[in-house]
Amino acid sequence: MEIKYYIGLAVALFCIGIIGVLTRRNAIIIFMCIEVMLNAVNLLLVAFSKMHAVEAIGKSNPSVVSDAQVFVFFIMVVAAAEVAVGLAIIVMMYRNVHSVDVNFLNRLKN
Amino acid sequence: MGLTQIIFWILAALAVGSALMVITRKNPVHSVLYLVVTFFAISGHYILLNAQFLAVVNIIVYAGAIMVLFLFVVMLMNLNVAVEPQKNKLLQFAGVISGGSLFLVLLAALVKAKDFTNPIEMQTGDYGLVKNLGLVLFNDYVIPFEISSVLFLSAMIGAVVISKKDH
Repeated sequence: MEIKYYIGLAVALFCIGIIGVLTRRNAIIIFMCIEVMLNAVNLLLVAFSKMHAVEAIGKSNPSVVSDAQVFVFFIMVVAAAEVAVGLAIIVMMYRNVHSVDVNFLNRLKN
Repeated sequence: MGLTQIIFWILAALAVGSALMVITRKNPVHSVLYLVVTFFAISGHYILLNAQFLAVVNIIVYAGAIMVLFLFVVMLMNLNVAVEPQKNKLLQFAGVISGGSLFLVLLAALVKAKDFTNPIEMQTGDYGLVKNLGLVLFNDYVIPFEISSVLFLSAMIGAVVISKKDH
């Protein structure tokens, strides 16, 4: 496979995530769209790491591939922590305003 | 067109199609389940790229833990009846137009670019196996690994403190 198909797939997933964030009002759905965007970027990182694996073979430092995949692993770690805190915030918001509609969160406006 | 290409296109169609279903379904429970399908498709892509450790971690962490957490929250709030108020049509249209424009711009840049036909090493290369990644993780990246455990601890305490009922 060539790298451009993976770039196209990641761009498609990322733009679907953006459209979801812009068009939905449910806070949980918006959060899920952010997860879709994160996963698109992860997929692109892994694809690029495998692209560089073709060049890195035979050179002195072939560990660039492992470095990229460890990087993706840390992105997943941070995303898991983010989801825990974010869902706690959404639960708190639901308890206060009895809705997960993001349009109710306009207290900072005035 | 070999078997790898066929599997790639099937998984890509599955990922994009279920991601579209995530943002179009009215019922949040259906959205969560379609998101699980998306994550499984992305894990299939990782296996195709021979990044087996990431594929397994993606299934365990995303499709397992995070999606179950989402499902719990959705069911806790009793959102499974389709009561979500919709944005007005103009705003939805503007969102779709701007997202689609971004997609077109990026895709046009990709098509115009010359140097993007580099091959990818698909099913070979043992860099993504658990053994090699574990060696790298616990030799070169042991400090960030420990710091991420502190991050998890603070996220756990933060989640408990935020969602606690204050008296």
